[in-house]
Amino acid sequence: MLTKRIIPCLDFAASRVVKGVRFQNLRDAGDPVELASEYARQGADELVMLDVSATTEQRAHAAETVASVREVLPIALTVGGGVRAVDDALRLLDAGADKVGVNTAAVDRPELVSEIADRFGSQCAVVAIDAARRSDGDGWEVVTLAGTHRTGIDAVGWARRVVELGCGEILLTSWDRDGTRSGYDLELLGSVSGAVRVPVIASGGAAHATHLIQAIEAGADAVLAASIFHDAETTVGSVKREMHEAGVCVRLDTERGASSLREATA
Amino acid sequence: MDASSATPLPVAVIRTGVANLASVLVGLRRAGASPVVTESADDVAANAAVVLPGVGSFAAGMAALEQMGMVGALRRRLLDRRPTLAVCVGHQLLFESSDESPGVEGLGVAQGRITRFPESVRVPQLGWNQVGATSSASLVRSGEAYFANSYRAKTPPSGFECAMTDHAGPFVAAMASGPVLTCQFHPELSGAWGSSLLSRWVSRASAFETERASSC
Repeated sequence: MLTKRIIPCLDFAASRVVKGVRFQNLRDAGDPVELASEYARQGADELVMLDVSATTEQRAHAAETVASVREVLPIALTVGGGVRAVDDALRLLDAGADKVGVNTAAVDRPELVSEIADRFGSQCAVVAIDAARRSDGDGWEVVTLAGTHRTGIDAVGWARRVVELGCGEILLTSWDRDGTRSGYDLELLGSVSGAVRVPVIASGGAAHATHLIQAIEAGADAVLAASIFHDAETTVGSVKREMHEAGVCVRLDTERGASSLREATA
Repeated sequence: MDASSATPLPVAVIRTGVANLASVLVGLRRAGASPVVTESADDVAANAAVVLPGVGSFAAGMAALEQMGMVGALRRRLLDRRPTLAVCVGHQLLFESSDESPGVEGLGVAQGRITRFPESVRVPQLGWNQVGATSSASLVRSGEAYFANSYRAKTPPSGFECAMTDHAGPFVAAMASGPVLTCQFHPELSGAWGSSLLSRWVSRASAFETERASSC
């Protein structure tokens, strides 16, 4: 049976993780390479890296940061942020990404989703949708440019549209919940995951394992979280054990895998 | 056998143009091999070991192989059971045809047709799923592997030892025959379990080449 995925997310600019990261046992808490290998060791099922560069100088370093992370990462890596054309996607894939995420650029020019899916396959084309509840409370609209622009586009309709264009996975962030630690927007999650047949990753609002379990029950195929792991409040392994005890099917045998690796290379 | 302390096995990785090549190269190096990217049919014919990585679609994969003039050489080495690893769509290309690209002929080294997962499950299948091996002594052992696919082979073809996975019914997760290994999953993205599988394949391929060299 396909397991539900736990996906830590690293926001980075140039060669540094930019969100507050407070791991205790790492030499350099802001180093994406150390964080990535720590998350893989803890049992992360995939990793997402979002390039939040504010300047083109910073962005020029994205590919080399991705390449450094790839060297230590034996799990799938999705990279998003700043992908505006097929060439941007190609550059990240060549550096070591396995999937690329598009957001604002897809809203500006939806054909970008088809171009990436046609070239690299749907499984490679992730569309990140940032959704905010409409001020009249009726449904959600897509927001872009890091939440500064409300597009008026219906988020559920947009999810259907990008899947028609070839998107193979939706990374759904609730703009209202992001950073609030009040749990994922389960209603939004249920609406989007019910509207499409591609996998949906829940994002925005997680504070503890119960929130992740609620997201899975609401229809998410994977859950993304950043601060709960960065702040070392909990580990991926401990969250997975709680999810397993709650009846969620997750991958737990990373220790067994690690021991068979030692046998193979001993 | 320790793949990392012996002379690293030279592995020619076919540049299909649209694969996650960087991840494959890192995975092979981690497994003790020395991968080199190639677009040459001569390399595919002559190299000790060859890797056919995942590509965008069945048709794009065959078109790339045809353009590089290596369909015959690849087919020959698979039929001769020389060390070859095929991943994801690379694995599917061994079959005769695929619903993804009607009218396009595959390598035809394995009997059968590749079909799409039904609408009852989310497609693509993205994530970790359980692989069931035929025996614990097999090249492919039971464990969890990372998949990213919309199509699969439902029926194990003859001539290969097959490991199976379930997603809306059983499908072929991996096939092995001597030093030939094909995986629907991505061993390079399957954590320690996948690294261990790649190491075993590199060891088997190295042993095969050593034996071949000494018998000549």
